[in-house]
Amino acid sequence: MDLRSSESDEKFRRELRAWLGDAIGAQGAPPPREDWPARRAFDCAWQKRLFEGGYAGMNWPREYGGRDASLSEQLIYHEEYSRAKAPYVGVNFVGLLHGGPTIVAEGTPEQKARHLPFILRGEQIWCQGFSEPSAGSDLASLKTRAERDGDHYVVNGHKIWTSFAQVADYCELLVRTDPAAPKHRGISWLVLPMTLPGIEIRPLPELHGENEFSEVFLTDVRVPVDHRVGAENDGWRVTNVTLRFERGTAFVGEIVDMQQWLRELAQTAARVTRHDASAWEDRALRREVGELAAQLDAAWAMLKLSVSQAESSGVPGVGGSAVKLVLSEAKNRVGDLSFRVLGRAALGRSDFAGLPVHHFSWEAIQALSMTIAAGTSQIQRNIIAERIQGLPKDR
Amino acid sequence: MNFQLSDDQKALQEGIRSFCQGRVAVEQLRKLEGPGFEAGLWRELAELGVFSLRLPEDEGGVGLGCADAVLVFEELGRALVPGPLIWSHLAAGLVEGAASGETVVGGLDLLGELQEPFVIEHCESLDALLLLRADGVYRVDPAALSAARVEPPLDPLTPIHHAQSLPQGERIGDAARAQELRLLGAALASGFLLGIAETTQELAVDYAKKREQFGRVIGSFQAIKHICADMFVHQEVARAAAYAAGATLDHPEVGDVSRAVSAAKITCGEAAMKNARACIQVHGGMGYTWEVPAHYYLKRTWVLETCFGTIDEHAENVASRIEVAA
Repeated sequence: MDLRSSESDEKFRRELRAWLGDAIGAQGAPPPREDWPARRAFDCAWQKRLFEGGYAGMNWPREYGGRDASLSEQLIYHEEYSRAKAPYVGVNFVGLLHGGPTIVAEGTPEQKARHLPFILRGEQIWCQGFSEPSAGSDLASLKTRAERDGDHYVVNGHKIWTSFAQVADYCELLVRTDPAAPKHRGISWLVLPMTLPGIEIRPLPELHGENEFSEVFLTDVRVPVDHRVGAENDGWRVTNVTLRFERGTAFVGEIVDMQQWLRELAQTAARVTRHDASAWEDRALRREVGELAAQLDAAWAMLKLSVSQAESSGVPGVGGSAVKLVLSEAKNRVGDLSFRVLGRAALGRSDFAGLPVHHFSWEAIQALSMTIAAGTSQIQRNIIAERIQGLPKDR
Repeated sequence: MNFQLSDDQKALQEGIRSFCQGRVAVEQLRKLEGPGFEAGLWRELAELGVFSLRLPEDEGGVGLGCADAVLVFEELGRALVPGPLIWSHLAAGLVEGAASGETVVGGLDLLGELQEPFVIEHCESLDALLLLRADGVYRVDPAALSAARVEPPLDPLTPIHHAQSLPQGERIGDAARAQELRLLGAALASGFLLGIAETTQELAVDYAKKREQFGRVIGSFQAIKHICADMFVHQEVARAAAYAAGATLDHPEVGDVSRAVSAAKITCGEAAMKNARACIQVHGGMGYTWEVPAHYYLKRTWVLETCFGTIDEHAENVASRIEVAA
């Protein structure tokens, strides 16, 4: 039970910190959030910079150009990355974190050559076509149909929550290839080129007013059979292999961001007047901030414990589900506190009256997605109860 | 960084756990209601090294660190072992005979917000009483106290006395030592509370797997499942924070010791409180009776919440350590 870093980890941290300082300066400021072509160009340029610096694909195997970093190096990477306020992974998210790793694990040599080097260099953008309007928490009930016609699948269906669809080159697409089989056994995993005819994208505005998600309508889209990853009807397993790559180390970035937000909240409270004193002198507020900061420290320690167990046993420790529950709920509480500190300035969405209104309200609204996306809090609780505590599966 | 338990730590944990399972089962707790102390058990705990754990080997101790001590107290908490365990552990090396269990030591923390009324736990079992004051650590002879027993106590395993005033006592440690003992006491209390959070989680899950209503075990209902899942999360948050506090006390260069200990006392206190309550809830009507031991855990949690800093005090400490000068 030793939290001291090894000399090699500290060396990694020093080098990364120095590199990030230079690279972030050279990258410059991001474009307006509504300008998608400019955002794609910015995110791709940053990914190229990471690649050239040797920091692309931290958890990817070396033979595919990744760094194959140890889990403790990954923790340091995400910590330093957030501390330095480096650009968000943005449009490269799906390719780097899901599509790419799936092809590493299950792709043919041709598929690997067609995608992996380009994803890593920021030259190929992916989106995710998994969820459907009637297949959310029950993802395996998806209905998008792919029927074989010679060397092609003919795909018809409707996908939703597809982030970055408007700028993506490829989509990792789950389709039903055998409607007669049990729901988990009739699914296939396809690489869908977004340039094919029959794809219609309808942006879906979110609560902060941005359009990161889209709905994607697929009408008689002809996908070559050699774009299938893994065997036909084995797509459910293929989807889950990437879990091997994901040990939740990226949650560290989230924790560091939330700690910085909490500090900014305290600093703002110190400048806001309540009852002839600063809001930071309000014991009730300090009580909640102190309690939340303790929760975040504990969540960070949870990740360290889980990573240490995974490094020695190969099996991740107590799952991401618990950390995700803690962080997503904590983030919503920081959102509430932010509005409390802003007072009536919270009625705006952009900065005014010298207060960080934009940042606080954007985060407070974004927090609402955290208890829903990537498995709702209710689904996470089912996972913990059924897989860890051994409670019965029937509901 | 290797934050997981070492093989030695796993062996230590296993040793204390198997001792407690055999020696301090729930039936034993029932027998100890009232006195909350048994001399034989105390000697055995001393032989296991519960009090001498951190003393150097050449002083008759085991030479282990704070993280090891947190683990031991987690196990004591799992079994809800009664007695002035934390104070006697803190007194090892400071009060003659504390490490060997010959001198039973209790104490009163006068550094925090909760001072009067002066409530002394396990007063009748004590050979020495430590007082943590701003200017140092003082030793008082319990026989010199004028204190009245308060009946009944909230926790049937923690008898209490009320003292109208406290003698000055003999100064046996400086101000820094008093602060150090308070910090360590909070870390050990955190370990104990973590143990309570774990046992109550296990009791609730076991019961939810057995108890049937509407023709099914109640653990198949999401309403119950989600209570249980939350208990697991509370326990794991508490575990990480308690272990981090121990590891930071052992190697202060890895972080902010005071903040780490406060984070542990907050999260472990909350975990124990929420889980002990939820354990009663999952047990339904029987959980509200003396026949089911669930109440012992909540009552001890209430006791420990008042020791070595409340959640309120520790949250204020964490807040005060946030840098607000922009």
